[in-house]
Amino acid sequence: MNPDEFILSILVNNESGVLTRVSGLFARRGFNIDSLSVGVTQDPKLSRITISASGDDYIKNQILRQLEKLHDVKIVEIMPGNGTVMRELVLIKLNVSQEARVGLMEAVSVFRAKVVDFTNDSLTLEITGERNKCEAFIEYLRPYGVAELCRTGLTAISRGSKTLKYK
Amino acid sequence: MNINGAEMVIRILIEEGVDTVFGYPGGAVLDIYDELYKHSEQINHITPCHEQGASHAADAFARVSGKVGVVISTSGPGATNLVTGIANAYLDSSPMVAITGNVPCSSIGKDSFQEVDITGVTMPITKHNFIVKDAANLADTLREAFAIARQGRPGPVLVDIPKDIQKATCVYLPKKPRYPVYRNENGKEAFAEAVKLIKACKRPFIYSGGGTLVSNATEELLALAERVDAPIGSSMMGLSAVRHDHPRFLGMTGMHGRYAATQAMAQADLLIAVGTRFSDRATGNKIEFIKGKKVIHIDIDPSEIGKNIPAFVSLIGDVKTVLAKLVEELPGMRRAGWNQELAAIRNSPDSRLKMPEDSLNPETAIRAVNRMADPQTVVCTDVGQHQMWVAQYYNFSRPRGFITSGGLGTMGFGLGASLGACLADGRKKTLLFTSDGSFHMNMNEMATAVSQQLPIIIVLMNNNTLGMVRQWQTLFFDKRYAHTSLERQTNYIKLAEAFGLEARQVSELPDLQPALEQAFAAKGPFLLELIIDQDDKVLPMIPPGGTINDIILKA
Repeated sequence: MNPDEFILSILVNNESGVLTRVSGLFARRGFNIDSLSVGVTQDPKLSRITISASGDDYIKNQILRQLEKLHDVKIVEIMPGNGTVMRELVLIKLNVSQEARVGLMEAVSVFRAKVVDFTNDSLTLEITGERNKCEAFIEYLRPYGVAELCRTGLTAISRGSKTLKYK
Repeated sequence: MNINGAEMVIRILIEEGVDTVFGYPGGAVLDIYDELYKHSEQINHITPCHEQGASHAADAFARVSGKVGVVISTSGPGATNLVTGIANAYLDSSPMVAITGNVPCSSIGKDSFQEVDITGVTMPITKHNFIVKDAANLADTLREAFAIARQGRPGPVLVDIPKDIQKATCVYLPKKPRYPVYRNENGKEAFAEAVKLIKACKRPFIYSGGGTLVSNATEELLALAERVDAPIGSSMMGLSAVRHDHPRFLGMTGMHGRYAATQAMAQADLLIAVGTRFSDRATGNKIEFIKGKKVIHIDIDPSEIGKNIPAFVSLIGDVKTVLAKLVEELPGMRRAGWNQELAAIRNSPDSRLKMPEDSLNPETAIRAVNRMADPQTVVCTDVGQHQMWVAQYYNFSRPRGFITSGGLGTMGFGLGASLGACLADGRKKTLLFTSDGSFHMNMNEMATAVSQQLPIIIVLMNNNTLGMVRQWQTLFFDKRYAHTSLERQTNYIKLAEAFGLEARQVSELPDLQPALEQAFAAKGPFLLELIIDQDDKVLPMIPPGGTINDIILKA
């Protein structure tokens, strides 16, 4: 992670329009979103948004305070760099002939990626991990010709028994 | 009890203590209007000429009364016409609930007739908004809207109600409205830090904003000034919280602030900022603004702390509650040296900028109107030079007595606002200062002032130009008057008469007094057109991004 990058975990009401409210706030106040992932939590009334953003302490503080003002936001926390498990999932499609696949399969094994689709003229791989690992894998694959690439954006959870709770 | 959604709207309005609403009927709110008809004894509905006028009226009603202002409009264009008014209320933290009708749920998303995604449109300019898609949630959603509008830093909330929800059957169970209760939540340390800074400083200055008015904290603010022995300056939004003639009050600060207030603020080594967000119009160059100063920032909105100006100490919470506690913690102090400096600033010739006393000009006009008006009179303005002149020259004597568009700077705000202000003030004589530029934007609301027979005196300062823009063009654009010289031939007197108002034009000072006597004697609305010079300037002026050293005192 860059020194000015940080990960926000946000619990929000699981209702339509909430994602627009959160992302709209970033857009209109000029804050950057580097990645965003969202999904329902164990409580179906709540969704959890993980945002990777960057900025100095001023921006970080403003993002927190402004998000806290949104009616649908229950709690916002900045996840500490250590003490947090961060993961991203990447799907990569390569249009490669069968001969070219030998070196690839080795990389799949070293990076602990997975082959999720396999045809005569294409190969789709899946990798899960921290961002650096995913990026290293993508870099390794580039020379093979990446036909398509999808990334979920980071999601994050605390290590240990600590959880995101709101009053 | 089973009722339909439209009646539910009325029941909740009554439950929330609403007795006046502003709105405009239309296809998607017909059911609500049918219920308004049936409940006209409980709720007074005012129909303006345009939804924008209704939204400004509701905003001003809220500011004068301290209650939530309510505006109702139909879907589509009705809803979009509210947008400027909602944004205005948002920027000035005015509690408002906007209720819009929408096409039936089944037609939403089909680009149906008069369909617009108003919750999408107003998302960035509301504290929160709702679309009700299940009649079972209607009552609590409306209650929630009122609670959000009132809670903390007030602001507008929009509730979009599709037509089928208005027709649907729902169950009414009465509930009590929720009013915010404020306690001090700042720790001892924060107060101790603030007390330490106040004790250590030599030249404290209390800078009061709109939050002081919202919180009704005039008394506490004055108590703080007394305890600390500090002068008080005000942002434009904070004007009227402190009486103009209070010995500690220096006036408005900032771009067009009074020289003494801005100079004293510049000299200060400690700012105690109360209920203010340090707008760029108030601070100028932010880096120079805080040089040599420490700041104690008191505000209910934590996101304002450090947003525009860094704070050494922040006290978050309701201004009234926090100030009361802070005063309790402070010993009495006396600052002879600072008071001497302040006296010198007050007595400096720069503090006595005056327009000629023997001609009709903004200052002589405003002072003459001021002399005629009861001190309790609510004063509204539009936006531009006249607004600044009123902020500078009018002697405000009661909290919530000055209703103006601050953050958004909405030309066309004034006439709609004066309707709401007048109604909130028990239909007492109300003043509106406006100008030919602003007035042309929403002058249609004269019709409403007439139909409601509201005793509003419209003081229209006519210089046949967009004066504030012209002033900038004179000072910063080498007098290239791009599209500000209006070659309009509007005859305001005939216009007013056509709308059913009494009206009079004055172009010479000696004619002013008799015209004012006629205006103040009028039972209904009155338009007084004053011809002023197009090169009268708002002074002093600190150019945008400037400091007290850049102050322009002479044109």
